[in-house]
Amino acid sequence: MSEVLDSHPQLLQGAWITVQITVLGAVLALVLALAFGVAGAARAVWMRAVNRLYVEFFRGAAALVLMYWLFYSLPLVGLRFTPMAAAVLALGLNYGAYGAEVVRGSINAVPKAQYEAAVALNLRPAQRMRRVILPQAVALMLPPFGNLLIELMKATAVVSLVTIADLTFRAQQIQANTGETAATYALVLVVYFVIAQVLQRLVRLLEHRTERMLGRRPRRGALREVPAPAGGAPR
Amino acid sequence: MPPTDTTPAVPAPEDDVPGVPLAKGAADPLPHGEAPGIRFEKVVKRFGGNVVLRELDFTVAPGERVTLIGPSGSGKTTILRLLMTLERVDGGIIRVGERPLSHMERGGRLVPANERHLHEMRKQIGMVFQQFNLFPNMNVLRNLTEGPVHVLGLSRDEAVERARGLLDMVGLADKIEAHPSQLSGGQQQRVAIARALAMRPKVLLLDEVTSALDPELVVGVQDLLRDIARQSDLTLLCVTHEMRFARDISDRVLMFDQGQIVEEGPPDQIFGEPRERRTRDFLQAVLAS
Amino acid sequence: MTWDWNYTGEILPDLLNGLRVTVVATLLGYAIALVLGLAWTLLQRTPSRLVNGTVRWAAEFIRSTPLLVQLFFVFYVLPSWGLTLGPLTAGIIGLGLHYSTYTAEVYRAGIDDVPRGQWEAATALNLPRRRVWLGVVLPQAVRRVVPTLGNYLIAMFKDSPLLLAVNVVELLGAAYQTGSRTLQFLEPITIVGVLFIAVSVLSSLLVRRLERRYATY
Repeated sequence: MSEVLDSHPQLLQGAWITVQITVLGAVLALVLALAFGVAGAARAVWMRAVNRLYVEFFRGAAALVLMYWLFYSLPLVGLRFTPMAAAVLALGLNYGAYGAEVVRGSINAVPKAQYEAAVALNLRPAQRMRRVILPQAVALMLPPFGNLLIELMKATAVVSLVTIADLTFRAQQIQANTGETAATYALVLVVYFVIAQVLQRLVRLLEHRTERMLGRRPRRGALREVPAPAGGAPR
Repeated sequence: MPPTDTTPAVPAPEDDVPGVPLAKGAADPLPHGEAPGIRFEKVVKRFGGNVVLRELDFTVAPGERVTLIGPSGSGKTTILRLLMTLERVDGGIIRVGERPLSHMERGGRLVPANERHLHEMRKQIGMVFQQFNLFPNMNVLRNLTEGPVHVLGLSRDEAVERARGLLDMVGLADKIEAHPSQLSGGQQQRVAIARALAMRPKVLLLDEVTSALDPELVVGVQDLLRDIARQSDLTLLCVTHEMRFARDISDRVLMFDQGQIVEEGPPDQIFGEPRERRTRDFLQAVLAS
Repeated sequence: MTWDWNYTGEILPDLLNGLRVTVVATLLGYAIALVLGLAWTLLQRTPSRLVNGTVRWAAEFIRSTPLLVQLFFVFYVLPSWGLTLGPLTAGIIGLGLHYSTYTAEVYRAGIDDVPRGQWEAATALNLPRRRVWLGVVLPQAVRRVVPTLGNYLIAMFKDSPLLLAVNVVELLGAAYQTGSRTLQFLEPITIVGVLFIAVSVLSSLLVRRLERRYATY
């Protein structure tokens, strides 16, 4: 066990890479989710079609398959990615698709009366979305986004399979160096757990802030809701 | 028998004082000036296979205050929603002033209105909803300034000043920072009324504005609206099930059934001596409840 | 470099073999997840605080750490405790264990959704505990959560490629092996991607039908 603990610099480096990929992937996913999610709630048929195409395609392709495809297949047609770029792109595209479903569902869950009140105030279509609908939808998005963030963090472990020295990759190294299989993997699992808990706290903080923005009292002690696998848009 | 005796004897609670005196003098918050008339020409509205309005014709004179009564499903609310452009007509034309609302002229012909035309026409029209529909993500002040700043292009200071005047008028000056969720139903509806007036509409649509309120809060909101109706030049269209209120507020009452006007006349005549059987039945049913 | 149809034809049998392994792993893992998940849910409802708390934290731990590392744990650590597993068995156990913590949450939500009046009616009829659960609560709860459980089957299918990390030659692993033998990765991995998308689209259509059938009682 002590040997494993002696390798903590390696472990921390790995954890740092894991956090970086999580953040970069999450930012990319968030941008894609908002863009394609808003398109999915639009009235224009072609915009909804774009949303469907993106969601079905990138939700269907598992992150690892996508990553292998970007990393091993595309260079053969001349598109070359660094492992890091392939990893972030694969995770961002994949979780962006789940996120887009959340965004679409949340926008559609804002009562229609709010849209009508915005029309009655003569707000223009873009203003209705930005000033009235989206701020309310954000409050609905945050809990499922929190779940997706944890899922994305967990999914970063697969980047070790395309040679990125993340936490899982370091675990294999340390295991090989020390021969301490059980201790190494147990410790790494604990580190992942800590990262997940921190992320969860951050999301919870954000939730409280938006709820206050909506003038609601925050729910107390609300446990993480049922994680949503295939999109998980609020019904 | 006129329904004047249906007034609840319950005194309104303190935070919903009925008949708040309207602010007088320099900063009159109410819209004034020439209001447009309204004309429905053979208007048809369907929902699926269900025809709600069947070639409906009627006019409202400039500045006239008209109440629509009738059983639910008779198309009253649809008329307001068509005027607010929340629904589109399936046939016929609606005019506000001289200009078509549902259509626009292009090359000498009338074509269905685009968003730009609707935006132009909506500048004259405001609506108060049954469920208030305040924006929960904004406090009271921002609910009132959002439209004036972002649609009318007022400076923030001007918009705030206008909002203060209106909140004074509806008796909620102290709630300016509150969130909608912290207000009672009656207070929310007062804010919603102020929000609609902040856009200085020429036509005001009231869609069952007291139906969602607790009984003891109804009178306060009604008194406020009656004062507004008397002291402004608005063209007013009102849908309500409160017959005393209808009598108080309107110059003319239209009785609807199945998408058509059954009877119309001044309130005293409609409520005092209705001519049509369907009107009598309806009034009796409402009063019995 | 362009798409090579001859090559595509050659590698197809290998890929189909891989697909068979993927399907077997997913289904067996799912069976474990369904049963084990129910066990977690019921254990969280025992009166013992110690049992509740332990189960809840263990489930939370498994749910918020990566499946990949858990697979390594099952595959590399258990043998040192005297339990040697083949790659596929280890993979199935890892997959099932991981997803059992999700199905547990689904069952819990389903049980919470059963109206209080149902419990009260069961009490009023003086039904024994066993009958309350087996006869009244679980049938209603499970019915409500069928579509959600369906979604987790899809999610497990999509996570099954991770098994290649513990040397299971499932679909993606087969594609990778073929690719590294010939150094032509474009065709095998693209085919895998297309297969995954096809299965996912079809199965989400299926789940939507399930939703229509089961979501309302």
